[in-house]
Amino acid sequence: MSQAFRIGYGGLVNRDKKLSFKFNGKSYFGYEGDTLASALLANGVHLVGRSFKYHRPRGFFGAGVDEPYAIVQLYRNGETEPNIKATEQELFEGLEAKSVNCWPSVNFDIGAINNFLKIFLPAGFYYKTFMWPKSFWYRIYEPFIRKAAGLGVVSTKHDNERYEHKYEYCDLLIAGSGPSGLSSAYAAAKNGASVILAEDKPRFGGSLLTSDVNIGNQSGKDWAEGIIAELKTMPNVVVKNRSQIFGYYDHNMLVMSEKVSDHLPKTKKYHPNKRLWYIRAKEVLISSGSIERPIVFGNNDTPGVMLSSAAKEYLKVYGVLVGKKPLVFTNNDSGYETAIEFKKHGVDPIVLDSRKNPKSEIIDEAKNLAINIKNSYVVVAAQGYKKVKRADIASISDDKKQLGKIESINCDCICVSGFWTPTIHLASQSGNKTKFKEEIDAFVPGVSKQNETTLGSANGVFSLDETLKTSFAAGSELSKKITKNDNNIAIPNVVEKKSSQHDKFWCVPLPKGKNYKRFLDFQNDVAVSDIEIALREGYRSIEHVKRYTTLGMATDQGKTSNLNGLQLVSEIENKVVPAVGHTTFRPPYTPVSIGAIVGREVGKHSKPTRKSPMHSWHEKNNAVFVDAGVWLRPRFYKRGNETLFEASKREAKNVRTNVGVCDVTTLGKIDVKGPDAAELLNRVYTNAWLKLPVGKARYGVMLREDGIVMDDGTTTRISENHYHMTTTTAQAANVLSHLEYYLQLVWPDLNVNVVSTTEQWAGAAIAGPKSRDLLQKLFPNLNVSNEGLPFMGYMEGDLFGVKARIFRISFSGELAYEVNVESDNGNFMWEKIMEVGEDFEIQPYGTEALSTLRIEMGHVAGSELDGRTIPYDNALEGLVSKKKDFIGKRSLLRSAFTAEDRQRIVGVVPLDKKTSIPEGSHLVKDAKAPLPNPKLGHISASCWSVEYDNPFSLAILKNGKNMIGEKLFAMSPLKNKVIPVEIVSSHYVDPKGERVRS
Amino acid sequence: MLYINCPHCGMRSQNEFSYGGDASVKRPELNKEVSDQEWDDFVYNRKSLRGKHLELWQHISGCRQWIKVERDTSTHEIFRTFKANEEVA
Ligand SMILES: [Zn+2]
Repeated sequence: MSQAFRIGYGGLVNRDKKLSFKFNGKSYFGYEGDTLASALLANGVHLVGRSFKYHRPRGFFGAGVDEPYAIVQLYRNGETEPNIKATEQELFEGLEAKSVNCWPSVNFDIGAINNFLKIFLPAGFYYKTFMWPKSFWYRIYEPFIRKAAGLGVVSTKHDNERYEHKYEYCDLLIAGSGPSGLSSAYAAAKNGASVILAEDKPRFGGSLLTSDVNIGNQSGKDWAEGIIAELKTMPNVVVKNRSQIFGYYDHNMLVMSEKVSDHLPKTKKYHPNKRLWYIRAKEVLISSGSIERPIVFGNNDTPGVMLSSAAKEYLKVYGVLVGKKPLVFTNNDSGYETAIEFKKHGVDPIVLDSRKNPKSEIIDEAKNLAINIKNSYVVVAAQGYKKVKRADIASISDDKKQLGKIESINCDCICVSGFWTPTIHLASQSGNKTKFKEEIDAFVPGVSKQNETTLGSANGVFSLDETLKTSFAAGSELSKKITKNDNNIAIPNVVEKKSSQHDKFWCVPLPKGKNYKRFLDFQNDVAVSDIEIALREGYRSIEHVKRYTTLGMATDQGKTSNLNGLQLVSEIENKVVPAVGHTTFRPPYTPVSIGAIVGREVGKHSKPTRKSPMHSWHEKNNAVFVDAGVWLRPRFYKRGNETLFEASKREAKNVRTNVGVCDVTTLGKIDVKGPDAAELLNRVYTNAWLKLPVGKARYGVMLREDGIVMDDGTTTRISENHYHMTTTTAQAANVLSHLEYYLQLVWPDLNVNVVSTTEQWAGAAIAGPKSRDLLQKLFPNLNVSNEGLPFMGYMEGDLFGVKARIFRISFSGELAYEVNVESDNGNFMWEKIMEVGEDFEIQPYGTEALSTLRIEMGHVAGSELDGRTIPYDNALEGLVSKKKDFIGKRSLLRSAFTAEDRQRIVGVVPLDKKTSIPEGSHLVKDAKAPLPNPKLGHISASCWSVEYDNPFSLAILKNGKNMIGEKLFAMSPLKNKVIPVEIVSSHYVDPKGERVRS
Repeated sequence: MLYINCPHCGMRSQNEFSYGGDASVKRPELNKEVSDQEWDDFVYNRKSLRGKHLELWQHISGCRQWIKVERDTSTHEIFRTFKANEEVA
């Protein structure tokens, strides 16, 4: 198909490079430099979608970020992305796109039946309809709404694109590269400031690309090109196109999304798809321009009705006519500029101006070109279903209340201009208190909260001359403050046509007997009548009206609808617009893809993976790994076809009968050093620490100030003023912060230093009745007898030439030792232990066997120390000193903590000795009691006891102390299990703790 | 994201810090008789001010020092920052 609406010359597209693309399965051609929208319009395609609610046909309304209609599903390089604005998507060879919101097709849309069921979908329809009968919701209403609504389909495939994050700092960040952005960037750059200039479109220049002005004896466009070319050569300037600053956060932090690859058929190797910039700027200059606003009239959503500025942009930037019989409907001079461009390109427009007798240089030019101008005229309604065919027009009275006789004229597009709305989103996001500017009927930034300045038309300044003067001044002044340089730049001369005052007119009254839909919000299908209903039903706050009608809540965030909505509310309420106020602007200004926000932190990159020095040995020996916090730990070592259950049972059994070795490198380790180290430990732990001799370890429990157990572990006195503290793997970082808090803030007089040594040491636990024999062979020169190295003893030794620390501590409840060597020697240590251990039938064991061993011994771990238990609950009250004070002690006196029936750890065995109890099960007295069945406690950890060969669990049970011997039920509704159980002591194996001391 | 002036390191972004609550709370001295009310005020009761607030932050991904930050809780404006041992006048 030929590009019938492309004029033969002009525009900024590259006519030498033809690109083929597909829309809704049909093939077309466009040029390099086109957007999908301009290429479709060049081919005469105006029907691109269906509206959200009524499924009315939708065309193009704008030419950029403000587009409410032309949202497509994009297919690129085997991937698909929804919610793409055709007006922003640059054309590339092989691009494919489809309409959204159309079922089964854009030309025949079943959802359009909603249009005839308007009564079905009035304002608040989400809240009112579909509520009854309840059973209809899942079967009928929801599937219907889901099928009929939505803005495309999210791919369920893994996203293979790469997204990057970047942090940047600058003196001046400038949002927008129109006349004000270029001027301020240039002035600041010349003063030596570091400048980032961001433009959301592919081309720099903003309004200068389409306006008929002269700057410094050049066309506006040529001037812009010159400035950009010079800025690009300056080392202190970063110039970015395709980059949207979408959020203004605290302390002058702004976030920008740079589309690196969206305009290419395929992302280049090693390139990201998008790059998210976090920019901290000393000063922010907002030159985001303004968006033309529509005038509201009947059927104003018909394809072919669009903003007059968009029509001008399609013509001047892309060389595309949006129609050949254009009707321009305006209340200000901007419409004339579009009409003049049509005329210059050989097309005769008709201009309807709501004003009675406007006079200006622009209007004079239009008159000189013999353009047909009708004053005091309005469009009453667009006619045509899938495309504008005619317009009903009429004269209008001076008070804008009475329409004259309706006339019908032929046209193929209606270009609307209802004056301009400054884009104040960023300023408002920064906390700027915006104010209503009567002369332009719109809000502009007021008092700044952060270091931001809004310039040009974003600030309600529509004269180019004034924009340049203020922007050069702002760029120069702000940079001067930072760099102390002052390179007085001469401001170029400006030639522009003066315009006249716009008409404060925004909505055409309905003619008698007609009930045309007059839309305010084009994306969410919110019409004048919806706002009227909301107000009639008592909604007053603009925030409530917004949510009830969904005005401005679509992905375009009401860029073209907000002000007209406010005008309507204020008119009905007989208030002025500033009294109604605008709704809050929140980031993002325009949709940002989730991938860009997530960045590189996906999959294995979402957090660091920490591996012990023995990791490769574990891998080679069939370890199956489990995530333990950020660590990877062997869960079990698989032999043959063993299951987790079989392997962990074998490993645990071997510890109880022979000897096992477990990688305990992940335990948190903190060096505590200084003359007051013992005093610190004494205040941090619940038990006494002042008399621990050198060469001895002690188990300790630390509390939070609220009395809840924070962590447990052993700490060893290595030398006079040096202690080696261990923490659980999970709490290592918190415990270090906790110690630092008390040392720096609460007891700064204590002379102690703490530092994490977790990574410095590799650790191996050797456990089992044969562990002493093994240790003796590893350290033949040491006396490791029960007398030489008693329980909780410590010594240093030489492991085949490597310095080692030996602790006699036990988590498994067996005779056990922990050997630490410097990390680099970890693998050497492990291999030696395995080699020497062969004689003792050593087997490595993983976390699953480790859990089994500690559970049947009744040793508490993270599942009991869960942030809800005090020492008593864990049967650790024996470690709570009555004599000295410590962190959290005072809280233990709270009545709930001293109650006679306080919860306490118990053991749980199923009566059938067969059924494993799921962790998290609730313990109840009566399995058949009506819901909610009173919960007496919960199962914290479960294992298969290798000692007794039956299931065993630990539980935290109310009045646990007096419940031993009771029969209860463990219920797990999740697993659909009800298990009769008996409560036993938590110390299921070796209750006197003889083995560890043997 | 806040921009916090660490008295030890200079201006750093919020994601290097972790929040530590009200800095005006004083822990009762060790081994001192403390009433239930006093203890509750120390452990639990906070004013949750709107406006100027002295609070603790730890420069966890930096110098690891706890610092005091004077910040407006509604505007997020930071007025002054102090080292842990500095008296706030
Ligand atoms: Zn610091």
